[in-house]
Amino acid sequence: MKQLKVDAIKKGTVIDHIPAGKGMQVADIINISGENIVMIGISLNSKKVGKKDIIKIENRELSQEEINSIALIAPSATITIIKDFDVIRKAKAEIPELIEGLILCPNPKCITNSEKIKTKFMVTDEKPLQVRCHYCEKKYLVDEVKIKI
Amino acid sequence: MKNLISMRDLSKKEILYFMEIAKKIEKGDLNPDMDKKLAALLFFEPSTRTHFSFATAMKKIGGQTITMRGTSSSSVKKGETFADTLQTIAQYAEIIIMRSPIEGAARYASEVVDVPVVNAGDGANQHPTQALLDLYSIIKTQGTLENLTIGVAGDLRFGRTVHSLVQALSEFNPRFKFISPSFLKMPTYILDDLNEKNIKFEELTEIYEKIDELDILYVTRIQKERFADLEDYEKVKGSYILERSMLKGVKENFKVMHPLPRVDEISTDVDNTEFAYYFPQAKNGVYMRQAIITILLGGVK
Repeated sequence: MKQLKVDAIKKGTVIDHIPAGKGMQVADIINISGENIVMIGISLNSKKVGKKDIIKIENRELSQEEINSIALIAPSATITIIKDFDVIRKAKAEIPELIEGLILCPNPKCITNSEKIKTKFMVTDEKPLQVRCHYCEKKYLVDEVKIKI
Repeated sequence: MKNLISMRDLSKKEILYFMEIAKKIEKGDLNPDMDKKLAALLFFEPSTRTHFSFATAMKKIGGQTITMRGTSSSSVKKGETFADTLQTIAQYAEIIIMRSPIEGAARYASEVVDVPVVNAGDGANQHPTQALLDLYSIIKTQGTLENLTIGVAGDLRFGRTVHSLVQALSEFNPRFKFISPSFLKMPTYILDDLNEKNIKFEELTEIYEKIDELDILYVTRIQKERFADLEDYEKVKGSYILERSMLKGVKENFKVMHPLPRVDEISTDVDNTEFAYYFPQAKNGVYMRQAIITILLGGVK
């Protein structure tokens, strides 16, 4: 049987080892619409993690802020910056203590949903990732919140 | 300290400082003079009692108050942002005291204006002045906040007053008995916090169960509206009404507290027993609010 292969990219960013099923969500938060070529692999076999998703973006280097937001939904993802088909940098996704402007508060009575305010969430637990809204003080699992695009 | 927004912000030392100043004011050892100071009372949600208590407190320390009620009397209706409303009011008053149905509103206000902000209740979130006056009532009747056995009865799921109180007491090694119908139980996130801090609690369904072990019984109202089926309400209602006959065998130092208004969860024949403390508790609220305003306005030298 012929093996289908996701093309290697010359220059850009590879986000690998995304937990299977989270790929589209990651693609959403880094906003892949535009002129760059993007390849998304869903449910690929992985020796390391069984099944995984992968995203390759040509000609674009992700900012640290974008990398950190990926960490929120796919903490196991590895991010590599490629130039001339070579890895020039492995970026580490870090979950900051304070997450600003990235998460929408699910509480409909929270002031961040009625005024134009940059949301602020404190990380209260890492495994599973839990955050507390600075304003309404409600605690949420990151799986329950919406990540702003 | 500039603002009072959430019990979560207060250290044990700060909590005790509020107690100390309230006591000095009550005893007449401290006579704050807030002459020419104006408090803006912004009540975006009706609450006659809390408003009255704050207004009384401000007047007793020589200050004055202006009041804005509801959203209809403000410019909010005209499309002005909340931030603009607040910044305008901050030009007139030395302190803003705010009640709002929006959670986090007071926190946000404190970030927008330069004058001190007191949270007088923000939705289901926090009501720190109530928690502080409750603690003051406990310390006055028990002589300490440490190692007490506290029963909390009623709507434990939605009651922000009990959430703030339980949080605040957690600093003082309490034992809790939580008494409520099963669907109005204390939320898991609060129980998790207690477990983390190794605080002992048990959950009960009858108000008289273990009443003889309690130092304080804090009763709150169960709102009929919470029940999907009124028949269910009628069935459980009686389990959460404190009757005089249940008070046989309680500890000598036992006191019944209630944030008021009471509907029928404490039978009126409890009122003239030595255990009833809900009306003095309301009075303590004025001392505590005098203390809070004085501290935030820099009136304690």
